[in-house]
Amino acid sequence: MPLALTNARFHLLETVRVPIALVGTVFFPAVSMLFFVVPFAGRDPVGATFATASMVTFAVMTSSLFSYGVGVSEDRAQPWDPYLRTLPAGPAPRLAGRLIAGLVGTFCSLLPVVLIAAFLTEATTTPLRLVLAIGAVVVIAVPFTLMGLAIGYALPMKAALAVAQVVFFPLAFAGGLLSAPGQAPRWVEAIAPYVPTRGAVELLWASVGDYRMDPKAIVMLAGWTLTMAALAGWAYRRDEGRRFN
Amino acid sequence: MTDGILAATFAVSRRYGAVCALDAVSIDVRAGELVGLLGPNGAGKTTLLNLLVGLRRPTSGRVELFGGDPRLAPYRRQIGVTPQETGLPATLRVGECVDYVGAHFPDPVPRGELLERFGLGDLAKRQTGGLSGGQRRRLAVALAFVGRPRLVFLDEPTTGLDVSARHTLWEGIRAFHAGGGTVLLTSHYLEEIQALAERVLVLGAGRVLTDGTVAAVRAMVGVRRVSLLTPARAPLPVLPGVVRSEQTEDGRTHLLTTDADQLVRDLVHAGADFRDLEVQPTSLEEAFLSLTRDATDPAVALAA
Repeated sequence: MPLALTNARFHLLETVRVPIALVGTVFFPAVSMLFFVVPFAGRDPVGATFATASMVTFAVMTSSLFSYGVGVSEDRAQPWDPYLRTLPAGPAPRLAGRLIAGLVGTFCSLLPVVLIAAFLTEATTTPLRLVLAIGAVVVIAVPFTLMGLAIGYALPMKAALAVAQVVFFPLAFAGGLLSAPGQAPRWVEAIAPYVPTRGAVELLWASVGDYRMDPKAIVMLAGWTLTMAALAGWAYRRDEGRRFN
Repeated sequence: MTDGILAATFAVSRRYGAVCALDAVSIDVRAGELVGLLGPNGAGKTTLLNLLVGLRRPTSGRVELFGGDPRLAPYRRQIGVTPQETGLPATLRVGECVDYVGAHFPDPVPRGELLERFGLGDLAKRQTGGLSGGQRRRLAVALAFVGRPRLVFLDEPTTGLDVSARHTLWEGIRAFHAGGGTVLLTSHYLEEIQALAERVLVLGAGRVLTDGTVAAVRAMVGVRRVSLLTPARAPLPVLPGVVRSEQTEDGRTHLLTTDADQLVRDLVHAGADFRDLEVQPTSLEEAFLSLTRDATDPAVALAA
């Protein structure tokens, strides 16, 4: 088995054995669906579909930010981490394994959301659109993964946790995730295109329903992705320089 | 591999800011050796090990591992490492840790066989977080041997182990060495170095103080211990050639001298009243303490 897959497997094993961690990533989005989407938008097919898409975006963002932000900085503090550097493998398989495990974790946290949407609301979509949505999820996972990696490599664990906690909700709110498309307060709609969450949620809205994306939001998302990539690269190299140079 | 040298450093220095952890150290480790690396805290032992396995880069000088740069993965294929701090993922099971590390090597030792060898056979399904400190240490040492290495680096391998576990581990290391393996091990337990090592490298303040067989290092200090019992009312005469004199609680007097034979002759000629005379070679501990004390004392020039 290629080393990246081995790393992914053991990463998942490690995580799964801490039940409380599953609660955070899997339980929270499901509960949000039950408390916010089902009662308020559950009966409107269009509204419920868009609300589910927003919740999916929310889940992808939080899952990426926390699993990479906290996960990486936690691992960096353990003696196991430098020990692995003495093995005859470069850092790439371990990073690849972490990304694969992260993606699997993200999809696991989305599953309850989609099931609740399917069975408890009037949300509906076509099979083609569902496939498009899955593709969109993979695409939007990228900027948030990079953001999480930047946080994880730059900060010690407690700081990483604090930053992730402080950042995720405002990002969701400013992106208009907590309202129907176009229904957020005017000032939120004004600033929304400039935050990465807006571009992400628009991709999802456009794939599950009739929604025309704002080019500004998409361009900004691309910009954010590049910025986060540079930040993550810088943070990684700084960490390398400190611990292994 | 030229001349069977598996690992070497060439005038390697390593600075951390203003602190010089290693100063122009040149050593080599040849195939089949069992080398003990001794030194007080801060002498640079772990830094030297980290340079040899590629965890750190030298500030100046060159490191070679199996003929290449240890920072490149292929040159680490034939080594095993047990770092000073045992770090194991708490939620992974013992067997899974072995499998994970084994997956990095083309022909790993089968899990069951490795665990048996290190007395961890019943613990395969236990999460490492549920192991005692000693069991975790044994696993950390076991992991160094998963990939069938030719050269293992063990940084204080028996820390935290009780006497019987320590002896079992020594047996394992001896068996590996007897099978042709090469070992570089650091330890605070001089008894351990004395028991295992054929060759001793003593580091002090970032420099190599001495490099030789255990016997040679002991002889280097050149001091032997003459101990005897004297009746309290007849103190020993002051004798030439006595470097230091100590009294222990059991009433024995210990005389450290560079020439034990002459001291015994002097004692007899002086008519000293003594019983139970013993002449002992310097223990490695005494040699080590003496060497490293001299190294850090600027007033004493150490003859290299």
